[in-house]
Amino acid sequence: MQAERAVTIFEKSHPGRRAAMLPPLDVPDRDPADLLPAAALRKRAARLPEIAEPEIVRHYNRISRRNFDLDSGFYPLGSCTMKHNPKLHERAAALPGFSRLHPLQPAERAQGALELMWNFEHALAEICGLPHVCLQPSAGSHGELAGLLLTRAYHEDRGEHRTKVLAPDTSHGTNPASVTMAGFETVKVATNERGGVDLDDLRAKAGEDVACLMLTNPNTLGLFDENIEEIASIMHDVGATLYYDGANLNAVMGISRPGDMGFDIVHVNLHKSFTQPHGGGGPGSGPIAVSDRIAPYLPVPRIVRDDDGRFELSTNEPKSIGRMRGFQGNFGVFVRSYAYICSLGAEGLKAASETAVLNANYMLARGREGRVGKYLPVQFDRTCKHEYVLSAAPAKRELSVKALDIAKRLLDYGYHPPTIYFPLLVDEAMMIEPTETETPETLDGFVEALEKILAEAERDPEFVQNAPYTTPVRRMDEAAAARNPVVTQDLDALS
Amino acid sequence: MADEHYPEDLKYHPEHDWARVEGDTATLGITWFAQDALGEIVFFEPPAVGTTISRDAAYAEVESVKAVSEVIAPLSGEIIEVNDALADAPETINDDPYDAGWMVKVKLSDPAEADALMDVGAYRQHLDEGA
Repeated sequence: MQAERAVTIFEKSHPGRRAAMLPPLDVPDRDPADLLPAAALRKRAARLPEIAEPEIVRHYNRISRRNFDLDSGFYPLGSCTMKHNPKLHERAAALPGFSRLHPLQPAERAQGALELMWNFEHALAEICGLPHVCLQPSAGSHGELAGLLLTRAYHEDRGEHRTKVLAPDTSHGTNPASVTMAGFETVKVATNERGGVDLDDLRAKAGEDVACLMLTNPNTLGLFDENIEEIASIMHDVGATLYYDGANLNAVMGISRPGDMGFDIVHVNLHKSFTQPHGGGGPGSGPIAVSDRIAPYLPVPRIVRDDDGRFELSTNEPKSIGRMRGFQGNFGVFVRSYAYICSLGAEGLKAASETAVLNANYMLARGREGRVGKYLPVQFDRTCKHEYVLSAAPAKRELSVKALDIAKRLLDYGYHPPTIYFPLLVDEAMMIEPTETETPETLDGFVEALEKILAEAERDPEFVQNAPYTTPVRRMDEAAAARNPVVTQDLDALS
Repeated sequence: MADEHYPEDLKYHPEHDWARVEGDTATLGITWFAQDALGEIVFFEPPAVGTTISRDAAYAEVESVKAVSEVIAPLSGEIIEVNDALADAPETINDDPYDAGWMVKVKLSDPAEADALMDVGAYRQHLDEGA
């Protein structure tokens, strides 16, 4: 399956090789057994790879070249907003006052960092249209969990016990997962023929036992729900809160604000909308912005500014749900995202969203013609926002080529494939999000690649079914990987 | 994977489930269409023997490389047997959805419910209408 099997660094280990020469010990040499309790002592030495520095460098460089990332090519992964990460942000995050700050540094000696977080909170509050922000949550899903715990605290403080959370059938999978983690029950709401929330179904399910509606707007079909005010009023009439999944905020920055739409709680995926290398395990960040009625329950510590302009961390919030994590959140992410907001400014952020929407609609329009239009039609044919969802159902039916096959073949053309098989509502879904940072040539190139792949499939379906051909690893056996995952290496078997 | 087919002797539910009714018991599973839409199945989570299931409600989960989906009960009753072989070989549901890929056996609480299910002709028409 692999042209050249990847080896682990342990397989390159050779006894006695070293990457560094340590100086002679200048303190007394003591037996660890004299210093540590028996339970803390190793029974045998750690199995560390023994390898020289050039081989270490080559090993990791080689692995990195087998990877595909945004700096290598177009990455239109729907709902993930893989936009360019300006290199200036790395310089800002590397400033020693930020990068060498210890999280336990007392507040009086971290004033600059706290000021940045304070300013950043206010910028996010303005973008979301909600006045109170907590930067702690470390991912979108973590922000969702925080939001649901806030919802529970809000209802319980009012003496109400509500058990259900509504979510449309187009929602991100993290929504029902967070609902379950927070101890609620998910109730699915149907989608209407225009790709929005089915209002009759929503009215039928909205009741006094409903704690919250979680909504993504624009939703995962890339469509803005035109009935958002009606939806908000239905939920507020039954006393429920409204939660905005901010995964698709890149479509509306500076144009419309969740707070103005009637939402109480929003999470912002900094790593998506506000630039951050992600998708390779880099740290995420999912701050939440909330309305006045939710603010008393926000996680602690809160950043407060006294009359002299000094910043402090306050835990004096009796109704708070407590901490969502240790320390204050992924600080390096805050620096990069704040740098982004400062670089672009209000007008720039608006222009970014407008361009993201324009790029998606340009690709959607180009794909209405030719084989793409015939075999990969869009299911809900409206002006989209920043992303759109095609259905490869005709390609599967007429060419025996599935969304998965087309995705694999795109790798040979040098593109990261779009999100596939999501949202579940669309059969053989392919969800494409170009973002604002791509050129028209790139957008054209991608649509042309789809056209060529479909032409290949017309001639020889098997050729596309067996793709990719040029990647370091050929078609993976995904079913075997799910049924029988092997995620460790037996080091004893190596020696 | 098996070729598309829908046996004549089964009853069908619009959510792409089948039932083989024998007196007051029935064997349940998912149709060829359902397993094809799911793709390669990697995990089957059955209910426990003794569980009561209700028509039109979920009674089990299947996970494929694409998604986790609920399996809807075409009939109501009590689980009397589950297909343990699917734990180690869930791909059997793809390979043989109507025989070796059966999911559960049920003691029916109301055998007359089966009259409301579709025969093969009606189910094929349901598929043609873009179900």
